[in-house]
Amino acid sequence: MKKTALALLTSTCMTCLASLPSAAFTAYVSNEKGNSISVIDTDTKEVVKTIKTGNRPRGITISHDGKFIYVCVSDDDTIEVIDAKTHQIVGTLPSGPDPELFVLSPDGKRLYVANEDDNLVTVINLEDNSVINEIPVGVEPEGMGVSPDGKFVVNTSETTNMAHFIDTDSFEITHNVLVDSRPRFAEFKSDGSEVWVSSEIGGTVSVIDNASREIKHKISFAIQGVVAEAIQPVGVRITKDGKKAFVSLGPSNRVAMVNAETYEVEKYILVGQRVWQLAFTPDEKYVISTNGNSNDVTFIEVASGKAVKSVAVGQLPWGVVVSPN
Amino acid sequence: MKRPRRLLSLVGLVACVHLSSAAQAADKVSIGYLQTVEKGRLTISVLDQPPKNLGLAGAEVGINDNNTTGRFTGQEFSLDDVKLAPDDDMIPALNKLYGQGVRFFVLDVSADNVLKAADHFKSRDVVIFNAGARDNRLRNEDCRSNVIHTAPSRAILADGLAQYLIWKKWRDWFLVFGSNPADQAWAASLRRAATRYGARIVTEKEYVDTGGARQTDSGHAQVQKQMPVFTQDAEDHDVVVVADESEVFGTYLPYRTWLPRPVTGSAGLQSVSWHPAFEGWGAAQIQNRFAKHAGRRMKGIDMQAWTAIRMVGEAATRTKSADPAKIDAYIKDPDFSIAAFKGQKITLRDWNLQLRQPVLLADGKNVVSISPQAGFLHQFSELDTLGYDKPESSCKLEK
Repeated sequence: MKKTALALLTSTCMTCLASLPSAAFTAYVSNEKGNSISVIDTDTKEVVKTIKTGNRPRGITISHDGKFIYVCVSDDDTIEVIDAKTHQIVGTLPSGPDPELFVLSPDGKRLYVANEDDNLVTVINLEDNSVINEIPVGVEPEGMGVSPDGKFVVNTSETTNMAHFIDTDSFEITHNVLVDSRPRFAEFKSDGSEVWVSSEIGGTVSVIDNASREIKHKISFAIQGVVAEAIQPVGVRITKDGKKAFVSLGPSNRVAMVNAETYEVEKYILVGQRVWQLAFTPDEKYVISTNGNSNDVTFIEVASGKAVKSVAVGQLPWGVVVSPN
Repeated sequence: MKRPRRLLSLVGLVACVHLSSAAQAADKVSIGYLQTVEKGRLTISVLDQPPKNLGLAGAEVGINDNNTTGRFTGQEFSLDDVKLAPDDDMIPALNKLYGQGVRFFVLDVSADNVLKAADHFKSRDVVIFNAGARDNRLRNEDCRSNVIHTAPSRAILADGLAQYLIWKKWRDWFLVFGSNPADQAWAASLRRAATRYGARIVTEKEYVDTGGARQTDSGHAQVQKQMPVFTQDAEDHDVVVVADESEVFGTYLPYRTWLPRPVTGSAGLQSVSWHPAFEGWGAAQIQNRFAKHAGRRMKGIDMQAWTAIRMVGEAATRTKSADPAKIDAYIKDPDFSIAAFKGQKITLRDWNLQLRQPVLLADGKNVVSISPQAGFLHQFSELDTLGYDKPESSCKLEK
């Protein structure tokens, strides 16, 4: 009886998902060790499906129209394209070797991919799946951020410890900003005024002024009872209004909620083990964290900064993206 | 009164012009890599034969990494490598490199040679990295203020191993050690670790190195009979801990002990700074890059050399300078840290210039565990549960 009721509830919800796209969204979580994507209904906060992928899926994003999911399958040296409706793998992209993270251009026409093994950023034309350019960057390129106007891409190199600003017209690096050790992620504010770069080993987030391309502030973190070495910032997300930011702090098992105007840390939210990447739901009601070592994701309410629910997913969840509709 | 002032400002101007042109012309940082290579060194297993580019390949990848960064900062790094026979005098090689402008020396040589180099360059503008010698004395009574240790000491390796054995509740040890000085030194560190962490050495036995061939055609038959008998008279124990740095008998022990017990130390489960199979903490990236360059995977000494070179590179990038004094000061600053695929920032112990580092525990195939083990606490850094902690160290660095 119970099972039927649950199934009914789920199917009802799937219907409501289809008919009322603004009410509930779909989150896609890449499971690095599970070689799969967990599909989560953000309304019921349940896993509704698991998609098999290639080897070692990490960076994950979705086309702006919500039709295609792109996932870096690092050990297969490619990016898989998955139809968001049918959940079938419909193609691959020429990513270059060992793709880990990427970012989609605001116009949806290009994908900028970090190739860790080759110290390159690969630019892919999504209209004909061709490689437009390869840009040599520092050692172990990882984080990728794109300015809201699409004119600049920021790549972080983990061993060189720099944020490289790449002009997307000329494909030239115009600025190199030295940040703390092992920069992992770059996130622009939606007004394009700042880029936030997390440094995993350095333990800080550098706020880079996008006009001067200089560090205007460094955010550090301190958690009572947690050794400083365990505080390792990775994923960063900033709300559209530029007022609030969330920073995942790796093996400290917490996400920091930061006032994005004053740069004060307002709260540390306990989530799961080795928290890695973050994604907002499009309505910014929730931010979802991937907790690699506890094989789950946590829904955090953005307004209150409270962890609402953790959902078990596949093995070693790494990246997360939420459908725009 | 006016004149000297004008002169002074003129000098200032000249200096300024010089500085900016120097910055444009790229700072050059030359690093020397010296290693002693024993010709025809024998190992029990041919699989353990040291590759020709052992250590050096790590230094080369470090230089490449520094130069990739240097492209953006206008700095250029170069490596001069020198191979020496164990009996060679190192001083002429050091002088030659110094004459060529080398101010950073990465050494994979004996402890005596490390000290020779340190004292030779005493009060000169030189920074020395000990990437090879594991001797505790270099971190204690024989420490030098111009020598930074990227190699873990025997005490660090022994403590890392002991913590895991205690965590496994393998508290009763049968300690077997070789008769050469390095074996005895390793055994001494293992004894110290046993005392520190509450293990009990129930029996100790020395295996005397009488020379002879390491492997012969039918040698296995004899070994199969020798090893059980050799280990027969020990008190009951949980684990056999073997100290055989000279590789005379250690790897004969697994599967051949009198009692069916795991073997650890110089055979079986070993504590190392790095392992070819390690892929955690982003290590897959350096392993791939290393394999592409060296045609093999990365070993401990490769990582120790890489780390030394990267420390110079990191300091040169951050200080925007090739000046050895500035780089030295930056590395020795209490806030210095470096990312070296060890899951946390790697820092220097200010009391003996030893790099704090986790220790990997690995068998031939895989990393089994990483120490410090959870629960071994420390008031400052859990990494300081490994090796000689500040209050225990007899090192007095000259300021």
